[in-house]
Amino acid sequence: MSHSLPRPLLIGALTALAVIAGLASLLFGAVDLSLDRLVAAASGDGDRIASIILFDLRLPRALLALAVGAMLGLAGAALQGYLRNPLAEPSVLGTSNAAALGAVAAIYFGLAQLHPAVLPGLAIGCALLSLGLLFLLAGDAESPLTLILAGLAVATLAGAGISLALNLSPNPFAAMEIMTWLLGSLENRSFDHVWIALPCIAIGTAMLLWNGRALDALTLGEDAAQALGADLKRTRRRLLLGTAIGVGGAVAVSGAIGFVGLIVPHLIRPLTDRSPSAILLPSAIGGAALLTLADLGVRIIPSTNELKLGVVTAFLGVPIFLIHLMRERRLW
Amino acid sequence: MVSITLEDVGVTLGRRAVVRDVCATLEPGSLTAIVGPNGAGKSTLARAMLALVPATGRILVDGADAAAIPRADLARRIAYLPQGQLLHWPLTVERLVGLGRLPHLAPMSRISAADTAAIERAMMRADVFDLRDRIATELSGGERARVLFARALAVEAPALIADEPLASLDPGHQIDVMELLRAEAASGALVIAVLHDLTLAARYCDRLLLIDEGQIVADGAPAAVLTPARLRRVYGIDARVETGGAWPTITTLGRSDR
Repeated sequence: MSHSLPRPLLIGALTALAVIAGLASLLFGAVDLSLDRLVAAASGDGDRIASIILFDLRLPRALLALAVGAMLGLAGAALQGYLRNPLAEPSVLGTSNAAALGAVAAIYFGLAQLHPAVLPGLAIGCALLSLGLLFLLAGDAESPLTLILAGLAVATLAGAGISLALNLSPNPFAAMEIMTWLLGSLENRSFDHVWIALPCIAIGTAMLLWNGRALDALTLGEDAAQALGADLKRTRRRLLLGTAIGVGGAVAVSGAIGFVGLIVPHLIRPLTDRSPSAILLPSAIGGAALLTLADLGVRIIPSTNELKLGVVTAFLGVPIFLIHLMRERRLW
Repeated sequence: MVSITLEDVGVTLGRRAVVRDVCATLEPGSLTAIVGPNGAGKSTLARAMLALVPATGRILVDGADAAAIPRADLARRIAYLPQGQLLHWPLTVERLVGLGRLPHLAPMSRISAADTAAIERAMMRADVFDLRDRIATELSGGERARVLFARALAVEAPALIADEPLASLDPGHQIDVMELLRAEAASGALVIAVLHDLTLAARYCDRLLLIDEGQIVADGAPAAVLTPARLRRVYGIDARVETGGAWPTITTLGRSDR
């Protein structure tokens, strides 16, 4: 039986959760700042330290967590719908790996030190390049399997490149820097990063949200979808381009953060009528809330080094696979 | 009103010519069955009419090249029930039947009262109204077939192409579906069904297109098309065709040695 919530209620509740997560992200951090000091800083007449912490550190971090989370959640929902596979997530197209390769190349060749925009720029460039390769490999075939195989080839190639960089890194510190970046984090991000990621994520979001009806029609297979008026070629182009630009932009500033795109649609789906279109927007908002909460957890959970965001989301991904497994074995 | 004209239509899949030299004009208000053995090209011919496979020759829908008609426009003119029961997400029956309204929705709009009425009509006609809150993937094969049939009816298009609409149905529901197809045709729709049950085809259809190896081998009224000699040649069966009653009945006696 379905336990679907009315859509306005679902979207309202998720938005409230995301807003609360965003505000909490401004309140908590390495330095203990009282609410009074933060409110004073926000209104413009606080002390200098509080206002630097709020505007230069916590605000860009909160904004990035919301935006990157939204992009990953939405891309996961759209790709699961398009590939008709509940285990699909943005990395199946190889985009995340390719973007990571671009970033790793920037670190490896020392280009990242030239300007803060070089690393994300290269990451986005590589994401787009991987998309070209994906189109070349997948050809015109409309079957999801062809696309998944082509995506796997691209992802494997990019993964091999990353391993090569680690293998050849001139010293342990360079390797460490690459590893640290690959774990994914939103630590020490500035508004420069926000301005790099946000336009990409905005374009990606718009392109992915547009596909709801075609994704619904694809529930009945490709022939029926086309006979219901869906233009599958355009849908595919919008979807792949939106994912590459949006996820490329997100990975460029956050590093490789896995599993958000997988987990969020699974958490959202049971609350909707389970049609692919119904989970798109809620997955974006839910992704924003989840990643912001995970990033908050990273700061609050006591540990010797700050935990990396990608590590926390990877741990969150495990129960989802277990639930699937249990359903498959009819244990639950 | 929609009419479909096929002029020298051919379809090649891979290197195999699956459909060859097909010529026919299908008129509104008629129920036509495409019959023939497995692999004869029936489904491919049906898909070609919807521009779902690249075809040579000319396929005209209301005089216009089918491949050149915008997808959404073609979707409002011809409803299509594909073969098989592909269903990727566990939607409720009502939501699933509602997919049939997609061609009618304006961009960014929601389902209207008229759409809801069409969905309910389709569910009533296909006898699935009582199943409307059930999850479609959890239904029996026959129930699911009726739900998918309702989905095609919900388009309320002036033409309907149904590929094996009787598969997995019990004899009672087979007759229900044939009566529905008949009623659609009687109300002026152009209805084409790919069928395997020759007696039901003969009983309900105005016209049969008998296809073998991609070509039309007979085209006409059921009694004229279904002769024992032809059934032997095309299907490799010995059959008794009785034409004395209200409709021809075909009894398969066994495999012939072709």
